[in-house]
Amino acid sequence: MTQPWAPLTSHAVLVARDDIDTDQIIPARFLTTTTRSGLGAHLFSDWRYQPDGTPRPEFALNATTSVGAQILVAGRNFGCGSSREHAPWALTDWGFRAVIASSFADIFRSNAHKNGLLTIALDEGTLAATHDALRAEPAARITVALSEQRVHLPHGIDAGFDIDPFSKRCLIDGLDELGALLADLPAIQAWEVSCGR
Amino acid sequence: MTAPRTLFEKVWDAHVVREGSDVAPAVLYVDLHLVHEVTSPQAFTALRERGLRVRRPDRTLATMDHSTPTLATGGRLVVLDPAAGRQLDALSVNCEAHGVPLYGMGDDRRGIVHVIGPELGRTQPGMTIVCGDSHTSTHGAFGALAFGIGTSEVGHVLATQCLLQTKPKTMEVRIDGRLRPGVSAKDVILAVIAKIGVGGGTGHVIEYRGSAIEALDMEGRMTVCNMSIEAGARAGMIAPDATTFAWLAGRDHAPSGVAWTAAVTQWKALRTDDGATFDRSVVLDASTISPMITWGTNPGMAIAVDGHVPATGAVDDAANQRAFTYMGLEPGQSLLGQPVDIVFVGSCTNGRMDDLRAAAGVMKGRHVAANTRMLVVPGSQRVKQAAEREGLADIFRAAGAEWRESGCSMCIAMNGDTVAGGQYAVSTSNRNFEGRQGKGARTLLASPLTAAASAIAGAVADPRSFL
Repeated sequence: MTQPWAPLTSHAVLVARDDIDTDQIIPARFLTTTTRSGLGAHLFSDWRYQPDGTPRPEFALNATTSVGAQILVAGRNFGCGSSREHAPWALTDWGFRAVIASSFADIFRSNAHKNGLLTIALDEGTLAATHDALRAEPAARITVALSEQRVHLPHGIDAGFDIDPFSKRCLIDGLDELGALLADLPAIQAWEVSCGR
Repeated sequence: MTAPRTLFEKVWDAHVVREGSDVAPAVLYVDLHLVHEVTSPQAFTALRERGLRVRRPDRTLATMDHSTPTLATGGRLVVLDPAAGRQLDALSVNCEAHGVPLYGMGDDRRGIVHVIGPELGRTQPGMTIVCGDSHTSTHGAFGALAFGIGTSEVGHVLATQCLLQTKPKTMEVRIDGRLRPGVSAKDVILAVIAKIGVGGGTGHVIEYRGSAIEALDMEGRMTVCNMSIEAGARAGMIAPDATTFAWLAGRDHAPSGVAWTAAVTQWKALRTDDGATFDRSVVLDASTISPMITWGTNPGMAIAVDGHVPATGAVDDAANQRAFTYMGLEPGQSLLGQPVDIVFVGSCTNGRMDDLRAAAGVMKGRHVAANTRMLVVPGSQRVKQAAEREGLADIFRAAGAEWRESGCSMCIAMNGDTVAGGQYAVSTSNRNFEGRQGKGARTLLASPLTAAASAIAGAVADPRSFL
């Protein structure tokens, strides 16, 4: 369903805040859609725009250096809050293919990996150094090698990251979990019979 | 002899279709799939694109709650937002096409998905329950393993009745002792989140245990489990006991007769064995918990209602500073006496009968302050009818509060019930994120008692002064 996750080198957008919740990523008033597309226009809407709809110049996504960025760098516990898959849909629709943070909320992480959006959790020290490097040099490039599970950050910082093997394989091959579950239907049917469902 | 297991492990083990391995997560069977209008349309589209059907409509139940109006216009509930209307229509069409039971507009079984599941007896101990909604953790109050999923996973469950899941870790939150007067389940869970933080439960399923938890009624247990996700936990659970069985007995879909007796015998085994271990353990003393209120922009930013917000120089200074600015508060200040524009009583956290009774107890014979507007939104149509029969609606109306139809309403502000920018709302809901109740809205989360007391005072008030 998704595209295979190709190696990535890109500059980044830095939103150095902890506990960025899904209501900030995509406010609830945009959830009345019945499709997955077009949500990038509303990504971080209330941080990105003034009440009159004009862009807030101080918000990172509005910086000229952010144009074309495919990596978002945030703080701790990114994506906390609701289960809305609209959050990764909005991020990917804007153009992001990876989010770097020191931790992620469980449901967000699961949703992200199903949509070709890689989550990279770094230790807090490495993340803080990355924030500093990006503040000094906003156009600095980051390279993500998913197959090696390594990320090459600005100022020569190099770090490994963890990802569960199944999500990694699904991302790299562009596989969809539903395919795996459908292949298990005979086992599911047998289980239902033996367990009285 | 098998090794001692936790409640979570017993429910998990009983639903594993295929064990997880180094290369693939477990295949976990889902007993009950709850569906609502906001997170399901893209899942039905995915099924349609692949020519798939809903595999077990009998284990699927849909309702409309998130964007439904709570105010009748000309005697009818009219959806004013065309996009919301299209989304509601899509749910009707999808349920019709796949034979999924839908409790839609006009059905007296309709309500917030996490209120109606238990109310109708569809939620039962030992089940696995999922929904495209993070507050699915509510159902863990019955000893079910219940958690929120994304829309892709909604599609997986519709098509296969299963999910691929990595087994979470376990966390015990033990609360012994007696709650003091004026302190309720909402205060307990806000105290837990304040202690462990909004990411403190990430990767874990929490089991709430101890004498203070056992003493809670089912409504209180649902309130506690409901906000497990606000601590980042995958789910929250409480072992079923006599309180649980008494609450479930006689409900529409609860077993009856011989089947009931057999079910209760099975449910009684759903307890953490002596000697079972948790990956993490947190302990609170119930007698030290005060009525709580949030001051900031996440549910972990909570204090005793008569306490002070953090002073500057605290560890999370940058986050606190942002929160002070958004909330229009000063470091170190008290919240008591802070004027309140709106009071909201409702939501899947606090929209049940006991919540309404608690609020009505404070409101009786009193009046909402002139500077304050109060909305009371029952969690379901059945809660609404019961509250009307019991005279609670009359108490709210006489006090000058608005008595509405059921739905998520001002908790998520998708249906037109919103808090205006800069306004302060004391809300019994679950999230005080920036903009959650409307763009620029300033939310203070609290219990129904504290909310009602604040409505009377027109300002943040200590409910203990009103008991």
